[in-house]
Amino acid sequence: MISFILNNKKIETDTFIGETLLDFIRENQNLKGTKIGCREGDCGACTVLIGELKNDQVQYHNITSCLSPLGNVHGKHVLTIEGLTPENSLNIAQQEMVNHQGTQCGFCTPGFVVSLSGYVLQKPQHNSHKLSTVLDSISGNICRCTGYKSIEKAADAIEEKTTSTTSLEELISKGFVPGYLKEIPEKLSEIPKIKKESTHKYKIVASGTDLYVQQADNLKKNDLHLITHFENSEKIQFENNHCILDAKTTMSELLENEQLQELFPSLEVYFKKISSAPIRNMGTIGGNIVNASPIADVVIILLALHAKLTIKSPNNKREILLKDFYLGYKTLDLLPKEIITFISFPISKKPIDFHFEKVSKRTHLDIASVNSAMQIELENKFIKEIHLSIGGVAPVPFYTKKTIDFLLNKELTFSLFEEALEILDQEIAPISDVRGSSDYKRLLAKQLVKIHFMTLTPFIF
Amino acid sequence: MKNKDSWTHVTGKSIYIDDMITRSDTLHGIVFASSVAKGKIISIDYSKAEKAEGVVRIFTYKDISGENQIGKVVQDEELWAKDEVEFCGQPIALIVAESEFLGRQARNLIEINIEEEEAITTASEAYEKNMILGKPRHFCSGNTKEAFENCDFIFEGKTFSNGQEHLYLETQGCYVIPQENDGLKIFASTQAPTNIQVIVSRVLGIPMHKIEVDVQRLGGGFGGKEDQATAWSTMAAVAVQHLKIPVKIILNRHDDLYMTGKRHPYESTFKIGLTKDLKIKAFEAKYLQNSGAATDLSLAVAERTMFHATNSYFIENVKTSVYSCKTNLPPNTAFRGFGGPQGMFVIESAIAKAANEIGVSKEKIQYKNLIQENDSFYYGQKAKKVETKKCWDIATKTFDFDSLKKEVENFNQKEKYFKKGISIMPIAFGISFTVISMNQARALLHIYQDGSVGISTGAVEMGQGVNTKIVQIAAKEFGLNTSKIKIESTNTTRVANTSPSAASSTTDLNGKALLQACNLIKDRLKKIAANHLDEKEEDLFFESNEIKGKQKSIVWEDLIELALKERAQLSEKGHYITPEINFDREKEKGHPFSYHVYGTAISVVTVDCLRGIYEIDKVHIVHDFGKSMNEDVDLGQIEGGLVQGIGWMTSEEISYNGNGRLLSNSLSTYKIPDLFSIPKEIKVKALETENDSAAIYKSKAVGEPPLMYGIGIYFAIQNAIESFNNNYDLKFHSPFTPEKVLMSLYEPLKQKNPSK
Repeated sequence: MISFILNNKKIETDTFIGETLLDFIRENQNLKGTKIGCREGDCGACTVLIGELKNDQVQYHNITSCLSPLGNVHGKHVLTIEGLTPENSLNIAQQEMVNHQGTQCGFCTPGFVVSLSGYVLQKPQHNSHKLSTVLDSISGNICRCTGYKSIEKAADAIEEKTTSTTSLEELISKGFVPGYLKEIPEKLSEIPKIKKESTHKYKIVASGTDLYVQQADNLKKNDLHLITHFENSEKIQFENNHCILDAKTTMSELLENEQLQELFPSLEVYFKKISSAPIRNMGTIGGNIVNASPIADVVIILLALHAKLTIKSPNNKREILLKDFYLGYKTLDLLPKEIITFISFPISKKPIDFHFEKVSKRTHLDIASVNSAMQIELENKFIKEIHLSIGGVAPVPFYTKKTIDFLLNKELTFSLFEEALEILDQEIAPISDVRGSSDYKRLLAKQLVKIHFMTLTPFIF
Repeated sequence: MKNKDSWTHVTGKSIYIDDMITRSDTLHGIVFASSVAKGKIISIDYSKAEKAEGVVRIFTYKDISGENQIGKVVQDEELWAKDEVEFCGQPIALIVAESEFLGRQARNLIEINIEEEEAITTASEAYEKNMILGKPRHFCSGNTKEAFENCDFIFEGKTFSNGQEHLYLETQGCYVIPQENDGLKIFASTQAPTNIQVIVSRVLGIPMHKIEVDVQRLGGGFGGKEDQATAWSTMAAVAVQHLKIPVKIILNRHDDLYMTGKRHPYESTFKIGLTKDLKIKAFEAKYLQNSGAATDLSLAVAERTMFHATNSYFIENVKTSVYSCKTNLPPNTAFRGFGGPQGMFVIESAIAKAANEIGVSKEKIQYKNLIQENDSFYYGQKAKKVETKKCWDIATKTFDFDSLKKEVENFNQKEKYFKKGISIMPIAFGISFTVISMNQARALLHIYQDGSVGISTGAVEMGQGVNTKIVQIAAKEFGLNTSKIKIESTNTTRVANTSPSAASSTTDLNGKALLQACNLIKDRLKKIAANHLDEKEEDLFFESNEIKGKQKSIVWEDLIELALKERAQLSEKGHYITPEINFDREKEKGHPFSYHVYGTAISVVTVDCLRGIYEIDKVHIVHDFGKSMNEDVDLGQIEGGLVQGIGWMTSEEISYNGNGRLLSNSLSTYKIPDLFSIPKEIKVKALETENDSAAIYKSKAVGEPPLMYGIGIYFAIQNAIESFNNNYDLKFHSPFTPEKVLMSLYEPLKQKNPSK
């Protein structure tokens, strides 16, 4: 039995937990305002808000309901366009979308409105938190009609009008959001937590952002082992000069962590190129690692951080370096009953001398043609430690061992850098596919490595 | 007035096909299609699928009572493949099941054996094998051969412009309900309700009057739901004819991308000749259109390419040819611009090449050759009320092109790894269907006894705002608040024999039809009011919910009550045909367009020369609106069209493999512009012209023309690359993806190729 609140309605259902939240909303609940655009998290027409109780307050974020198993919303508040619309009037996001002609054919509009409303709901918290902008909130919403300028204007107006709001009560009293939302925290607190289960099922699913793109039908048919319910209180911890991440940490949680922001001053730049806000709100690091895409952004970052995985099975626990985890295309050093629980990386210094680059056909909400990360430590211009990873140039997220071995303990000069590029050129083996020709990826990989050195060791240029 | 559907759109209450209330026994259709681009069907085994859970029946060509033929212009497209398949994604059967999910599960169980043959995927391959649809077209004016002899500069080149996926957010779909006496009611997401009626009638072998097609609205169309929307309704109709149970088909995104045609890719060659003073003396072009496996609208698209071969320029000697090449891709189809953008890309490429070779800026050649009043377009239409030069002059002055260009130069001198590029893109786009008979529309107007108004037209609302403008027309004519006016769905029983909502002319045609209906009723009401108020008819006017005379007035509702008592007719129809258009396809000369829409866009981009990516800094436009009747709607069309054109020129890359299988088959591999890839600044300045009464209230058509402003981005990017890499050899191969940009930035010095 899962239970949650959908808009203002308590839902208790035995409906199969692997069905998508989207289908449950549209087919079971007949709420047709949430649209089906692509079923792969790439258009945002099915965006809903998920509210989670934290310190007596409900914190909302947007997700694409096409990629979320219904079971993952247990104990949460699900808000659709219907639940965000005040009776006989419009909420502020709706009003501004009307005012600025942000809607033409209207099919994408509910998704935009939900995302913008989510931003408004988080505004009281966000006012102390500078990272997320109103435009970030709609980074996962695609519109084919308007050309976005009118939506941008609506978003700016929303930002301006809500800037000083400090509480949910204030949002309600100004008519910015429906009034019933103030009753939600209490209702959520009454829902009991799910007891931990250990039986092995068809598939272990974290958030499902990749699995549901390819195999939604299979996941609907079979029994799933959902794991994101069971959260540790602190997913991101720092111990003995190491950062330890729970495998269930989402991309958004990484991005919003203040200590990580200190370690990586450009964290925001890196992560905003990774997918979109609603996907980052769901996708987990562990999922990104086991999905084993050769261009997995977070894996590329973690490889250059020299990360180590903690892997658990019912009777065992072991550790393995991430760079040794990939045996071949989508082949992992992971047994059927094993699960990644933690990922840790050493903190060499603060901030870490690290850089990440990603180039894709479209800069945002796209999969990389090539991505790359590098960490370097110099001592008197000698390379004491270096980790360099490149995605999209091999069957696995690629750790450039030969190039690294060549560079280690040598004095970094421009000519050394040039020699390293030649070794790199031999070490990588990109293939031509829909994300680019092999020649392009080869050139791009070298360009990105060049940018790493230009950024981290500009003195050689 | 804002989009009349704004309120329901933002609250999620607008109804699209998939949101309709359905009968509880409704069945769902899943299309089974070929996974091979060309081959003979040896055998198909449906037995496992038929036995699968929830499957009611599987329909194939054998179940068709009429003809297995859905081609509208040319009858060369089967509804369901019989013996052969000609493209990957070609429908073979329809699985009707209790749910979409069960239908999809059953689809995996169908076993098919196709003897695969070599597929043709490019236009040039098809051209070499003489696989041509229809007759090639040849337009000619002056004598290019002689003219080239007198040119100081002659350049030749080739271009490629890729296709474009419509990517309407709402996928193709329909809901078909059985009616009494073997009738059918079809709710469809289509730009062409009558097309569906015609084709269903043919395939089912029943008269058109048994088929009612109804369209509430579309979640985007862009041309992709003109001819391509027909197949799905027809399949569902066949199923309903047999089962007598409602059937719904909603293509999922993957099926939609994989089974439907797109904008036509073009492979073209050009030859351009100029004199020393940069006058283009002669231009020749040969266009190879990749039409896909069936004719669809390809011939009309090809024709429009010809009409826009010289874009906004006057060239005395022009010779063009177009070949619609049959390939093993899904039938390519209408897409905003309808062949016009492909034609314009070639002439702009030719000018870019000439400018580069001569060593002058592209805009110098462009400006020198802009078409002027009383020049003739090369297909014979005399250019009247031309605004090209005016748009250009106002754009370059208002947005200070000279300083923009200076800024770009200064930036490029200062920056090593970032380069800016600038371009100007003028447009002249002809308005009218080029098939003369399609330039007609009808409207049906009811005034109900409480004074509220209901209107039906042949126009389909797909986001372009036509219904908003239709409301405005009635409101203006009757002096009523828009809340008193309702637009009904587009329905073939209320307005019959409609042209598709296309060619930018839907508001012109249907609006003018409505205007006629309004005027008939107004005249009638004036008579009654004049009598009642003791005023002269000619003094009466409709304003603020009243009919006013010199002295007295009567409230609208009272007048309607009075009219009803007098048994006046309060319903009217209007019928409009566009006057003064003609085209002789023997001579390839005539006056095909009611009027032209003009404009000029200035674009500035910044290329990141380390990564090969780019940002669009600004697009500044002067656009000829005529006299816009709705600036909100029209601005939305300009911005939306521009961004769609930018997508076509930059990130939207259709990709098929050599076997004709679509590789860009999802939103993760086909990238349309997102919020962050649009120009940082878009400025649109209206050029108000009062000249064209052919447009409704002199408010010119606005749907398609702005898409072509996006072509300027290609040349702005190219301009930036030229200032980074001296070795770069100009290429005209769109879209300009980051891959092509990076490869161009680091292109080594070209080896002289003796064969070219």
